[in-house]
Amino acid sequence: MTELRPRIAVITFPGSNDDVDARLALEQLGAEVVPVWHATTELAADLGGIVLPGGFSYGDYLRCGAIARVAPVMGAVRAFAADGGPVLGICNGFQILCEAGLLPGVLRANRQLEFLCADVTVVVESDGTPFTAALTPGEELVIPIKHGEGNWVTDPALHAELVERGQVVLRYAEDVNGSLDRVAGVANEEGNVLGLMPHPEHAVDPLLGPTGGVPLLQGLVAAAHERLAGAGVA
Amino acid sequence: MLDLGEGLAVAFKVESHNHPSAVEPFQGAATGVGGILRDIAAMGARPVALLDGLRFGEPDDHFSRAVDGVGHYGNCVGVPNVGGEIVFDEDYASNCLVNAMCVGLLPAERVVRAKATAAGALVVLYGATTGRDGIGGASVLASAELGDDDADKRPSVQVGDPFTGKRLIEVSVELVERGLVRSLQDCGAAGLASSLSEMAADYGIDVRLDRVPQREEGMEPWEVMISESQERMVAIVEPERLGEVEAVIDRWELHRAVIGEVTATGILRATWNGEEVGAIPARLLTGECPRYAVAREPRTPPSETTTTTPPARQALRELLASPALRSRAFVTRRYDQLVQSRTVRRPGLDAAVLRLRPEWRGIAVTLDGQSRLGVLDPRLAGQLAILEAARNVACAGGEPIGFTDCLNFGNPEKPEVGWELAEAIEGMALACEALGVPVVSGNVSLYNDTDGRSIPPTPVVGCVGLVPDVRRVPRGWREGDAILLARSRSPLTFAGSEAQARWGSLGGSPSLDLASEGALVRYASRVAQHASLVHDAAEGGLAVALAEAALWSAAGAELDLEDDALTLFGEVGGQVIVALPSGDVEPDPTGADVEVRRIGTVGGDALLGIPLAELACAYEGEA
Ligand SMILES: [Mg+2]
Repeated sequence: MTELRPRIAVITFPGSNDDVDARLALEQLGAEVVPVWHATTELAADLGGIVLPGGFSYGDYLRCGAIARVAPVMGAVRAFAADGGPVLGICNGFQILCEAGLLPGVLRANRQLEFLCADVTVVVESDGTPFTAALTPGEELVIPIKHGEGNWVTDPALHAELVERGQVVLRYAEDVNGSLDRVAGVANEEGNVLGLMPHPEHAVDPLLGPTGGVPLLQGLVAAAHERLAGAGVA
Repeated sequence: MLDLGEGLAVAFKVESHNHPSAVEPFQGAATGVGGILRDIAAMGARPVALLDGLRFGEPDDHFSRAVDGVGHYGNCVGVPNVGGEIVFDEDYASNCLVNAMCVGLLPAERVVRAKATAAGALVVLYGATTGRDGIGGASVLASAELGDDDADKRPSVQVGDPFTGKRLIEVSVELVERGLVRSLQDCGAAGLASSLSEMAADYGIDVRLDRVPQREEGMEPWEVMISESQERMVAIVEPERLGEVEAVIDRWELHRAVIGEVTATGILRATWNGEEVGAIPARLLTGECPRYAVAREPRTPPSETTTTTPPARQALRELLASPALRSRAFVTRRYDQLVQSRTVRRPGLDAAVLRLRPEWRGIAVTLDGQSRLGVLDPRLAGQLAILEAARNVACAGGEPIGFTDCLNFGNPEKPEVGWELAEAIEGMALACEALGVPVVSGNVSLYNDTDGRSIPPTPVVGCVGLVPDVRRVPRGWREGDAILLARSRSPLTFAGSEAQARWGSLGGSPSLDLASEGALVRYASRVAQHASLVHDAAEGGLAVALAEAALWSAAGAELDLEDDALTLFGEVGGQVIVALPSGDVEPDPTGADVEVRRIGTVGGDALLGIPLAELACAYEGEA
């Protein structure tokens, strides 16, 4: 019996740049990737997960992610998330999920007012999401960041609630971009939607650098696997 | 374009955007990057790397805005920026240089010509709309000296839109991949006038300028013809493929229009609402354009005077902390170095390496220039620009396979500049012959003069090398490794060196032994296949190179070197540092052209008596 390769959609908006990188990383970790164009309105029924990749969707005009949130495909993404399907937003994907209201907070220009490309250390703060279920809080992962607008912020009351509910999933070990409470990644209340500024898809191959992205993407692949198994799709 | 074997080819080119960047650094630099990306895409290649050569007076706001412009465009289009050079020198204070290089990959059998190939084919313009921006950009900015009235020229600077640029690349690559177009040409300097004349050279084109999608009211035909609005491309399409071509362009939501057709008249003819507004035999604009012989007048460089350096440790600390030599991380971290998942070796030392995935082979890429030496001897500067680029690629494990060059010079109507230009080209040609490696593309930027003063002759050279196996790319020297020094027969000198610039006055007549330098490049490329680190000495000489190697590897070294200023800080003569596991050290296998000797062992946390932490502090400084 051959092992089931869960199908994961990677959505390409005009201006997405790391969609190919996400495909390469997920394939390396055993997933079958379904490329999905932003103008699509319906997703395949046998999808196990969705990735919104990094880049500059629609040129980041108006505000990062502000145009992508109303892209035709987003209705299907919302429905998939509401049904408990795992959705991962990386960098611009995180910005889109925040703009779409699927994740709390907003991402502003980095404190330095400069784009920043560097390997950073992030600390796992919660194992309450499928992406981090196999990790232990306190564990450190080295993953690159590359963004100009990764300075996450929300109001203090909501921030306290998020921490309380374990929705702050990843923190930078040190301040890198001015993010409130060094937040690098947040989840929705159910935990099935995660957005993060670091690029796990760029941290899966020792030939290219650190490999801290492997466990997070493995978490997605495992969750996708589980979803399909639960639905009896094989 | 060069064949890489295994059905793959590489296209690469460097181009200048100096004058626009002097007037408006952000847009000047951004559109420089946009332009070179379109050039590579027009060849049917997918851009996989950008490099940039920036020469400014000092690391000031003007410089920072140019960095923003380079990053803004490259980061947005999703092409990694993996290196280049950054030089600060008073000579560029009012005439900065912004050179951008792009490397693209394509299947070897897919080679697209920028020529129209059959009468009756359609001319399709796609991308952005056409406006008055950049009108006369090429003539106003690229070919005239700058003076006090720079500000008036601001409207002549083109404005870039990387989002459209990204879609333009995607459309262009898809059109070529699917064989839907006969040829492509990007609209660069002089706009449609230039791209259409290149395409019309052997056949002829009738262009209906009124059909060009315009973003402004009331444009004149001549304005449409020479507008340098960015993010536009021209395709020659067989009528039966037009529907498919339009579908691809529409999918990416770009403007498009059939603006003319290929004829058999040999004439580039423009009409406006059916009325002829201009016609010229196309070859007069290309192959048969007027040629000039420039007057050349050699000059004698000042002779060498004594350079007295401070004690070695102090000299090394000062050099590492100087704007000229300090770490470039404060700039390169503002660029996406990782997108496309090919970057095996990131920028920072000699050359970056990109994997040709899914293969294990890779390419090493670099961009390097010379200037101070050019003041002393432009021929030697041309030679060293080629040699240094080749050496950088070799140190990263690549075998150099081709060069691209950007010749940044002053006003060639001045006989002295005419001579500099001729000498530099001759020097580059001689060095290429010694290496047996061709120059495959290039660009010339002249009239780099401000208020009558020319920049120093500045040949900038890009090099691409083939890496047999990226898993063996040297990563850093390790505790216990033997450190070897390989040297050419060319003498070390302070003439034109960083030490002379700092502690002496520019003068002297350095020299190079090209046969020996060629052998050194081949040795570096060979030894890099099993070395833990290979790094060449460049600005600042051997001591600076050793410090760079130690900081890159985060390990110090015990060295046995003469405490002699020329040994530590002399330049020009080729030198390569090699680190190998001690057991691997073989007797000198290179013959008489290269001398190899052991100079030390990796270990400890100091170098030449200075703690690594202190070196790092000098080198990294504050951002
Ligand atoms: Mg070097």
